[in-house]
Amino acid sequence: MANYAGPVKLVKKVTPGVLALRKVVDDVHTDARIAKKEGKLVGWSSSKFPCELAAAFDLNVMYPENQAAGIAANRYGELLCQAAEDLGYDNDICGYARISLAYSAGKRAARKYDKETGEFIIDPATGKPLKDAEGNVVIDEATGKPKKDPKTQSPYIELVDLNEINAMPDGIDKERALNAISPIRQMQIPQPDFVLCCNNICNCMTKWYENIARMHNIPLIMLDIPYNNTVEVSDSYVAYIRGQFDLAIQQLEELTGKKFDEKKFEEACANANRTAKAWLKVCDYLQYKPAPYSGFDLFNHMADVVTARARVEAAEAFELLAEDLEQQIKDLESTCPFPENYRVMFEGIPCWPKLPALFKPLKEHGVNVTAVVYAPAFGFVYDGLDEMARAYCKAPNSVCIEQGVAWREGICVDNQVDGVLVHYNRSCKPWSGYMAEMQRRFTADLGIPCAGFDGDQADPRNFNAAQYETRVQGLVEAMEANRQAKEA
Amino acid sequence: MSIQVLLDEFKAVASSPKQQLDNFKAQGKKVIGVLPYYAPEELVYAAGLVPMGMWGSNTKNISRAKEYCATFYCTIAQLALEMLLDGTMDQLDGIITPTICDTLRPMSQNYRVSMGDKMPVIFLAHPQNRFAPWGLQFTIDQYTDVKKSLEKIAGKEITNDDINNAIKVYNKSRAVRREFVKLANEHCDVIKPTIRSAVLKAAWFMLKDEYTEKLEALNAELKALPVCDWQGTKVVTSGIICDNPALLAAFEENNIAIAADDVAHESRAFLWDAAEDEADAMMALAKQFAAIDYEVLLYDPKSAENRRGEFVANMVKESGAQGLVLFMQQFCDPEEMEYPYLKKALDDAGIPHIKLGIDQQMRDFGQARTAIQAFADVLELNK
Repeated sequence: MANYAGPVKLVKKVTPGVLALRKVVDDVHTDARIAKKEGKLVGWSSSKFPCELAAAFDLNVMYPENQAAGIAANRYGELLCQAAEDLGYDNDICGYARISLAYSAGKRAARKYDKETGEFIIDPATGKPLKDAEGNVVIDEATGKPKKDPKTQSPYIELVDLNEINAMPDGIDKERALNAISPIRQMQIPQPDFVLCCNNICNCMTKWYENIARMHNIPLIMLDIPYNNTVEVSDSYVAYIRGQFDLAIQQLEELTGKKFDEKKFEEACANANRTAKAWLKVCDYLQYKPAPYSGFDLFNHMADVVTARARVEAAEAFELLAEDLEQQIKDLESTCPFPENYRVMFEGIPCWPKLPALFKPLKEHGVNVTAVVYAPAFGFVYDGLDEMARAYCKAPNSVCIEQGVAWREGICVDNQVDGVLVHYNRSCKPWSGYMAEMQRRFTADLGIPCAGFDGDQADPRNFNAAQYETRVQGLVEAMEANRQAKEA
Repeated sequence: MSIQVLLDEFKAVASSPKQQLDNFKAQGKKVIGVLPYYAPEELVYAAGLVPMGMWGSNTKNISRAKEYCATFYCTIAQLALEMLLDGTMDQLDGIITPTICDTLRPMSQNYRVSMGDKMPVIFLAHPQNRFAPWGLQFTIDQYTDVKKSLEKIAGKEITNDDINNAIKVYNKSRAVRREFVKLANEHCDVIKPTIRSAVLKAAWFMLKDEYTEKLEALNAELKALPVCDWQGTKVVTSGIICDNPALLAAFEENNIAIAADDVAHESRAFLWDAAEDEADAMMALAKQFAAIDYEVLLYDPKSAENRRGEFVANMVKESGAQGLVLFMQQFCDPEEMEYPYLKKALDDAGIPHIKLGIDQQMRDFGQARTAIQAFADVLELNK
């Protein structure tokens, strides 16, 4: 059991490892934008397509799932989801897919501006209260309400179509329209020249990527990983996937006009393994009690594992973060923004558009997330192609219930959780589909309470803060009762 | 036998699968429930077992299944679980659960966990990259697992000859259903939408040789009739399932006939035959699966083209229909994902369509009726 050597101080700091991780993701985006401008190919890939294959061809690849999460976290999820619905995609479809398909069709969130002057039109509802020199909120005498600090206010957001803007004649109007598109990096991703689809996480991916291929008339490279009913990955699966690796390599050779570079591939595999190991090491620091950081931070770091795991910089950044954490343990410091009273596993993808609402009641009750399923889900460690094939079979939604339970119960025990908070995610049928049975098993096997809430990874319309708060409250009460029973 | 007698027989089977199950059990037969999609029923037949389709129910309500899954799952999968839990399916000797969609993935686990020792739950994962030798081999590997499980239940080995024989029986059954679909179009005054549905649905609950014999008799009777001079309109139906008589009655009320269908529960299930001259019968079944095309659930290597949408649009034109009615099964991602491009193909071809959201717990069809009635007027203009 990992514990600090003494009382822990809560500190607020952004460590060098965190800064390095942010830079890695920024660089991935910048490199793709530059590549596109230089006329090079840019692809879109599902998060668990073997990035090692694309890296062997020096291809720039972007990740729609990560992009959709970012768009949702930036509050544009509903706008883009609705845009997809207007294109005919049903609102039952995964929110990531809807955002991505709307983006693929050219839909963008943009700042509203005055067509005459080009100035952005500020939305009066945005911004933080204005404070005077003493730090008191300034009240508007006319309305009796707090005045808004103009520096923190932002323009109205509207939906625009990049294809329509691109069709405009060159000139100031076109420039303004392009400039008005939200500058967040996820809204600036180049359109794809090819797509890489691996459906280990869901079959929705298959049709999602087919739709993108159709929209842009571009090649789709498909890696199919069928659902598995056993904990072991049989040789039959490996042979099927190895066959597909060969086909994918052949297709990438045709796409790029280059021969498969085995050395580069091996290098990418070495980097991916190194990143996975460092990621797992960072995740394992949550075993400390109290934890040296908030488990919500892992959700931010996932961007690196998804978009850059074959880059040496990602491995180095995670290793640096692990060093930071080691130092924190020595210095008796934690960056968790509240004293940790309870520890839970957060089950599922977070509700990206509602992260503050998700965090608030946890903070209030001193509940730290010390286990997330993403830890084992992205910890692909392998040696050789057969093991790589086996590793890619082990995605959260491609494994049987026994494997799913074993992963979760493993981290619940190692990370000393007191309860489990389960996100019934409207966007993710394969993930949520056996959670009820898993909940029963967690309680039966580990003696810990579970609470479920309804939400969505990208569409804010499917999340109800009041229900969530009640469920967290209920979980806290159950964890407290459990604790008192144990102490008695 | 008169047409009416035959139709009544099909109708009776279609409306009472539980009775069929009881009958089979009374005859001492073992019965395997077969969930959607693409399970190789031929293997069940080859084992001397009776395959019965499990496509939900129009009369049950979801109650016990809520212990296992949230509300946002297709009712076909949820009601299958409901019937496994409420005793309706207690007499089954096993079920086959394919996992080609995102609902069936976790539901395969729920079926297995909830059935425990009660009955074998035979797992099946089809490959999407199904064409190359390694794809065919993976299908064969999966089918071999299914075959072994069935052999255990049947207490006998399934030989290559058994499978070849089953392929012949199934090919014949598919051919006779394809012929029926054509005849139903020519004789839509007799084969009204509710009847058409019952005839095709009955196939899921009968041994295929018996079904074929009966359907051949019906086809012969239909062929003897003069082709009808239909004064109403015609549509192609599309979707996963549209077997609710109350909903189909709305077509009849508005003189809308079904010219052809692109429905998973109907024609999509019998478009593709298996080769009868393949030395390895398992390979014949694997190749049959690989040949399935224009499907919402399967990967299309030519996905940059709108092949499926155009295929369905052509079906509308070739069958002489004036429009298409899409039964959108609620929470069915694959159908929902393909809709925008189906719409595009239909729009490009000038074919009107309506999309009706349905699920198997619907009991009030007022809204759908109104939509069908309004669509009938649109179809009239397109005649």
